Amino acid sequence: MIHLTRKLLSGITLAAMLGITTVSTQAATLHMAWSQDATGLDPHKQTAFSSLRLLELIYEPLVRVDASLQIIPAIATSWEFSKDGKELTFRLDPKAKFQDGTAVTSADVKASFERILDEKTGAAARANFLSIASIDTPDAATVVFHLSQPDVPILTAMSDVNAAIVPASEIKAGSIGTKAVGSGPFKLDKWDPNAKEVLSANKDWAGGATGVDGIEISVLPDEAAILAAMRTKQIDFALLNDPLVATLVPKEASLQLNRVPVLSYHVLQLNPSRKPMTELKVRQAIPCAIDRQEVLDTASLGEGKVTGPLTIPALATDPSQLFCYKRDVEKAKKLMAEAGFADGFSATVIGATGEPPTAAAEAQVIQSQLAEIGVKLDIKMMELNVYVDAWLKGDFDMAIALNGGRADPYTMYNRYWTKAGNLQKVANYIDDTLDSLMQKGRAETDPAKRKVIFAEFEKHLAEVSPWIWLYTSYSYTAQQKNIAGFVPTPTGTLFSLSKVTIQQ
Amino acid sequence: MNYLMRRLAAFPLVLLGVSILVFVAIRMVPGDSITAMLGTEAGLLTPAQRDSLAAYFGIDQPWFVQYWRWISGILHGNLGISVTYGRPVLDVILERFPLTLELAVLSMIIALIVGLPAGIFAATHNEKPSDLGVRVVAMIGQSTPSFVLGLLIIYTLSAGFGVLPAMGEFAPLWQDPLRNLGQLILPAITLGFAFAASVTRISRSAMLDVLSDDYVRTARSKGAPARSVIWRHALPNALIPVVTLSGIEFGYLLGGAVIVEQIYALPGLGRMVLDAILQRDYALVQGSVLFIALNFMIVNLLVDLAYVALDPRIRLGEQ
Repeated sequence: MIHLTRKLLSGITLAAMLGITTVSTQAATLHMAWSQDATGLDPHKQTAFSSLRLLELIYEPLVRVDASLQIIPAIATSWEFSKDGKELTFRLDPKAKFQDGTAVTSADVKASFERILDEKTGAAARANFLSIASIDTPDAATVVFHLSQPDVPILTAMSDVNAAIVPASEIKAGSIGTKAVGSGPFKLDKWDPNAKEVLSANKDWAGGATGVDGIEISVLPDEAAILAAMRTKQIDFALLNDPLVATLVPKEASLQLNRVPVLSYHVLQLNPSRKPMTELKVRQAIPCAIDRQEVLDTASLGEGKVTGPLTIPALATDPSQLFCYKRDVEKAKKLMAEAGFADGFSATVIGATGEPPTAAAEAQVIQSQLAEIGVKLDIKMMELNVYVDAWLKGDFDMAIALNGGRADPYTMYNRYWTKAGNLQKVANYIDDTLDSLMQKGRAETDPAKRKVIFAEFEKHLAEVSPWIWLYTSYSYTAQQKNIAGFVPTPTGTLFSLSKVTIQQ
Repeated sequence: MNYLMRRLAAFPLVLLGVSILVFVAIRMVPGDSITAMLGTEAGLLTPAQRDSLAAYFGIDQPWFVQYWRWISGILHGNLGISVTYGRPVLDVILERFPLTLELAVLSMIIALIVGLPAGIFAATHNEKPSDLGVRVVAMIGQSTPSFVLGLLIIYTLSAGFGVLPAMGEFAPLWQDPLRNLGQLILPAITLGFAFAASVTRISRSAMLDVLSDDYVRTARSKGAPARSVIWRHALPNALIPVVTLSGIEFGYLLGGAVIVEQIYALPGLGRMVLDAILQRDYALVQGSVLFIALNFMIVNLLVDLAYVALDPRIRLGEQ
């Protein structure tokens, strides 16, 4: 007891000395922290994870996806494909208003998509909307997209904040990116890059009242410091990247960890244009020599799930049904010998330092596993931008990557595995079967038939092994236990913060 | 005076050299502002989209045009615009600098208050157990990385006592001095610990040297009290290497303490430069490196001038 009292007293003295209080949470403002800040405010240009998480609190797309990846209304209350799949009509919510008080109309939708499609904008998401031939606005609340070919995945692509609807007047004024005027649940009052964001509730939001009056986001670059700040109740809610920090959260009595498997996937990319990965049998030997569960357990403390190419729960095949998902070193050695590489070969594997935090550990486990079949891996860790540069040029033998997932397999993979894919140079692998299955999946509107098409795609992709899919990890958020109403989703969105409340 | 003028006249030349170095170095690193913003999604851009973004970031021109634009801007007092902040580079730097300066001053005060007496104490107790004790602590101080110490302090305070300085929102000194001090004292201790260890070691060895000098022996034989021998006779001479060390360390600290700023989430120069490099904000990297170089040169000059004050025998600039 004496010990406790002393500890308490010294704590209070220390707190007084440091000019701080132990409880600083204000009732209606959510104090949030993350380690990486948004990199910009233009919803059509930003692709960084934190930027998207911030912008989807401010801007709204036509539709959204829910926690089970089903399309739900956002600015549009309803939508419909024409029978031939070449016309997509949206009805807009008459209550939808921008934060400057003006109504969201079909003209804003048209202007927003024209901006995305304009090459001068530099919107990476433009690639998802190339099938849009023209946009009609029969009245202020109706938008019709005319497509050059049936394009079912376009609806999912429209749920992304990269397809956010911005005011036509702001586009004209050229102020997108310097001023954030959306129709979402929060308004951005202040942004001090790499330091702080202050958001306040948008009282006019068509989605109803928000659960908190505002959100203050602090950028705390060290995640161990985020956890420390949560212990002392300075922070109510935080986004965490590092599984090592996330697994410490449940040890704190007042904190709760939310985790959900995400769509992005950890993968070992081979470069099939470089010898000896040009040989199918060499490529196939590699997954046979890798124990994916061991990679997951060692690099990521088992925090994740072994996955095949498809990470969308409704479409994914049980990985054990795919090619060589059970480690078989003998089979791997046999394949290597058949390909004429019984003695193995040497290769370099590249990885980005800290992105993901597990990259180096993954490379090391794989290095030791592949050594058993004579493959000598040299690990080269690089700063993220240097890595991205080499990756985009396809300048690597092998690469450890954490690639983003999408709610639709076509949007997720057409960039790599179709002949006209923008990142075909990164994948360096052309395959007629993969290409034709992608095109079929794009045009098919029946969900059951799509599932069959993509299952075949997944099976074939695992068999030809241009890449070795390892595992999907979790997206982590940590919160005080008095925060209620947050719904974690596989896309990692923080949109449900709009309905979060702070219990007293 | 002549010496001062000559040193000041060399400043522009050195800065020109630094400007070329930083300009070339940051452009030699693979990746650019576009890949920094878009990551792997940059691969989805068409050539026309890429050109348009390059124009936006100001990297569409040949390097010599970019360099000329930058340098001629500087001559007009304009360091360029940061693409991350959307504001003039100088404004962003000047906003971050007070914190860095304050942190550097605080850690230097801690280092000198702790390190100097400890060094003198060790020297006057040469080879005694207490000297050994001081040396061991100094050795630990020098070899403990600041991130270990920083995280240890944060963990102990938050897990052991449930307290921590307010993180995330920094209060400038002139707005809320108490809160400001509360936020800076732990980072200053983290930085000052290793700094103090160096000061201890260097002042100990300098003091030992001086204490064996003839004039100190003379002072002692004339019956000067021990305290006066140390503080009046020996210390001023022993201070010269301490001033050199402190000057260099202080110059480094003015460039920002990246790791400590990261751990304690302080919006200082170090973190700003690191983020600018990661985001390939060329104007901001270039501007801040020039600014840091200028600071370093000023501190070096002040250190040289301090020698004269400490030792009248030194005449700067004279052959």
